[in-house]
Amino acid sequence: MLDFIARRLVSIIPVLVVVALFVFFMLRLTPGDPAAVIAGDNATSDQIADIREKLGLNLPIWQQFGIWLGNMLQGNFGESFFFKKTVAELIAQRLEPTLALSVCTLILAVSTAVPLGVIAAYRQGSLLDRVVMGFSVLGFSMPSFVIGYCLIYVFAIELGWLPVQGYTRIGVDFWSFLERIILPSVTLGIIYVALIARITRASILEVLNEDYIRTARAKGLSNRVVLMRHALRNAAVPILTVIGVGIALLIGGAIVTESVFGLPGLGRLTVEAVLSRDFPTIQAVILLFSVVYVLINLLIDIGYTIFDPRIRY
Amino acid sequence: MFDFRKSAAALLAAAAVGTMGLMPAGVQAQTLKAVMHSDVKILDPIWTTAYIQRNFGYMVWDTLFAMDEKFEVKPQMVDKYDVSADKLTWTFTLRDGLVWSDGTPVTSDDCIASIKRWAAKDSMGQKLMASVASLEKVDDKTFKMHMKEPYGLVLESLGKPSSNVPFMMPKKTAQTSPDQQIKVEDVIGSGPFIFIANEWKPGEKVVFVKNPKYKPRSEPASGLAGGKVVKVDRVEWIAMPDVQTQVAALQNGEIDMIESPGHDLLPLLSSDKNIKLFNSNPTGNQYVFRFNTLFKPFDNPKIRHAAMVAFSQEEFLKATIGDPQWYKVCKAPFICGTPLASEEGMKDVLNGDSAKAKQLLKDAGYDGTPVVLMHSTDLQVLTNLAPVAKAQLERAGFKVDMVSMDWQTLVARRAKKDPPDKGGWNAFLTSWLAADVLNPVMAAYFNAGCEKASFGWPCDTTIEKLRDAFSKESDPAKQKQIVVELQKYWAENPTHVHVGQWYQPMALRKNIEGNLSAPVPVFWNVSKK
Repeated sequence: MLDFIARRLVSIIPVLVVVALFVFFMLRLTPGDPAAVIAGDNATSDQIADIREKLGLNLPIWQQFGIWLGNMLQGNFGESFFFKKTVAELIAQRLEPTLALSVCTLILAVSTAVPLGVIAAYRQGSLLDRVVMGFSVLGFSMPSFVIGYCLIYVFAIELGWLPVQGYTRIGVDFWSFLERIILPSVTLGIIYVALIARITRASILEVLNEDYIRTARAKGLSNRVVLMRHALRNAAVPILTVIGVGIALLIGGAIVTESVFGLPGLGRLTVEAVLSRDFPTIQAVILLFSVVYVLINLLIDIGYTIFDPRIRY
Repeated sequence: MFDFRKSAAALLAAAAVGTMGLMPAGVQAQTLKAVMHSDVKILDPIWTTAYIQRNFGYMVWDTLFAMDEKFEVKPQMVDKYDVSADKLTWTFTLRDGLVWSDGTPVTSDDCIASIKRWAAKDSMGQKLMASVASLEKVDDKTFKMHMKEPYGLVLESLGKPSSNVPFMMPKKTAQTSPDQQIKVEDVIGSGPFIFIANEWKPGEKVVFVKNPKYKPRSEPASGLAGGKVVKVDRVEWIAMPDVQTQVAALQNGEIDMIESPGHDLLPLLSSDKNIKLFNSNPTGNQYVFRFNTLFKPFDNPKIRHAAMVAFSQEEFLKATIGDPQWYKVCKAPFICGTPLASEEGMKDVLNGDSAKAKQLLKDAGYDGTPVVLMHSTDLQVLTNLAPVAKAQLERAGFKVDMVSMDWQTLVARRAKKDPPDKGGWNAFLTSWLAADVLNPVMAAYFNAGCEKASFGWPCDTTIEKLRDAFSKESDPAKQKQIVVELQKYWAENPTHVHVGQWYQPMALRKNIEGNLSAPVPVFWNVSKK
């Protein structure tokens, strides 16, 4: 296992090199000029040219890449073109909201979807099953920003229970943190609840017809034990796969949700950086997302071996 | 090395914040939370011309002169000033008690360095400095500006209301190269607020506290001039990109104001009993169609004139703003309602006369070269302009190739001098704050100095001569005569077309009072009941 983990960690390196090359050159090929954005509307061509020179954007592209790669190898992600701050500082500032949103969404989604899926499978064809599946279709079909606006209208504007927007750091005021993270997490979570509930139901239904389930029932085990200990565990691999894919998708979902709820997270940093063509920030954030993606896949693979001991690497 | 100025600034900011925490029970620090039109990314209002940095500048720094709501330039940091009989020497004396937020006094040296840095970047500053022989310190509070020749816009330049604004900065900061951004720790001003650097979280909020050392003028506040009396303890600019969320947050009382709510949301906002709309900038903004004069067909002034004849402002304004309450058809290129407003020379243009435009095109020998019109798709106030321009130009017989892109791509492309079929362009539309186009020297698109001109690079010696004559004239009546002469000529040889005036109200909670009529949203004089 350790050998497998080591090999997977080493395999991150070529992935990152490919991502780095791709992101760097794609950014240079896309239209837009950070110098023109910085200079503003009243600027002249000369002023823009001066800024381009200061930012090193006049250098040949290979030279720019060499400088960036050299800095990256020394752990230096560079300085944002706009903020007089290093990219590492910017990312550190924005990490907590995205992390908090992702973790809360995941907890909410898994803790709701798995029981719902199990119950729907156990009561296949019942009204409850139809309600769960109907909700799944709805949750999966509705764009998250629509869900967000509806939740804001009901819980913030009409009922006044929760704030519309903003973020309080967990270390500053836990209750304020909680009340500001609930709506974004529910918004982002609904789609994952729908996705995981459907997969859980389908997987459970598949194993419920297996011989060992019949044997377990014949042994006189209670329905709860049959479902939780025998059915769910054997259905866990596809559920785990979906959760893993879901975590990766969270990154994309966070961009919209963070914008709707004014969360100053990495998703919004990415959008702002793309809109203003802040190359160093875009490059660093995408590399970070790539590392996260690879590590999540690794964790899921390790998770398989826990839920299904037959799987060995 | 120990930097006293930095440490003192940090201590002072901490003290200002700390004082709020030590207020007696029951007295709560008043915080005004505003969503501005953009997040603050850059802190240097000289390095960039972006409006959000200009707004930031007005919080932290002060100006020697400022424009009041009647468009008159009034002393601000300056106590008194004097001009010699030959108009070749200007003497400025600073007010007593002006200090930087770190406690050190504001001196003539600081002002001289600040003027030099500003003038190196700003087109109006460059024009001013072309007539300046030297800037000389007399004593710590007095300095002189020696002119090579009389210049009519000295006060208008130093009291320029919009980007780049000549903000006064400490000498050490002002000695930063104009091409380099100043450092965060150098954001030390003598303005009404102090920027709290350690609370600045890009993408989240910018925090200012009342500057306890600021000494407002005794006159009442008017426009950007007069006494800048701060009536709240703290101002937070919250970054909130989503317009629907902005509205919900305002309705819920989580924020106190939105600087630029979308026009489609104004009916919703005005129907809320807790919210009011306030047009803080009565002169508003001006939509502009800009020609690239380097390439066919707009290298021909007769064809540019034909386009001006073809355009109808009302159509542009209806398509973008909608409600006539928030727009004005105005043929005066220097903004209706201002001292230089005049519609002389504009009678035969901007009437949407496509038949006449067609004939003019034919007479000008238009050969069907397509107009590459850049269309910005992501800024609501600009999105509908290009399709209207396309329709109006096509009605007049132009062939138009409208290319859609996001604003940042447009901004990059418009700086290119490549031919339109090789990544260049023929025309685009944008919007100017009215305060940026109050006279032909200030208005960048009237600059027809070829390479020195803004994107589009018009080359016209007559326009340049008239702009020069305007800049050297100090008599308002004669200035107006020059403007009339200029715009008569310009209507036949346009560098751009003004396609309508529009207004952007801000949305406020009803307990917010004292907002001033000014071209820039300012936070002094504003109180929260």
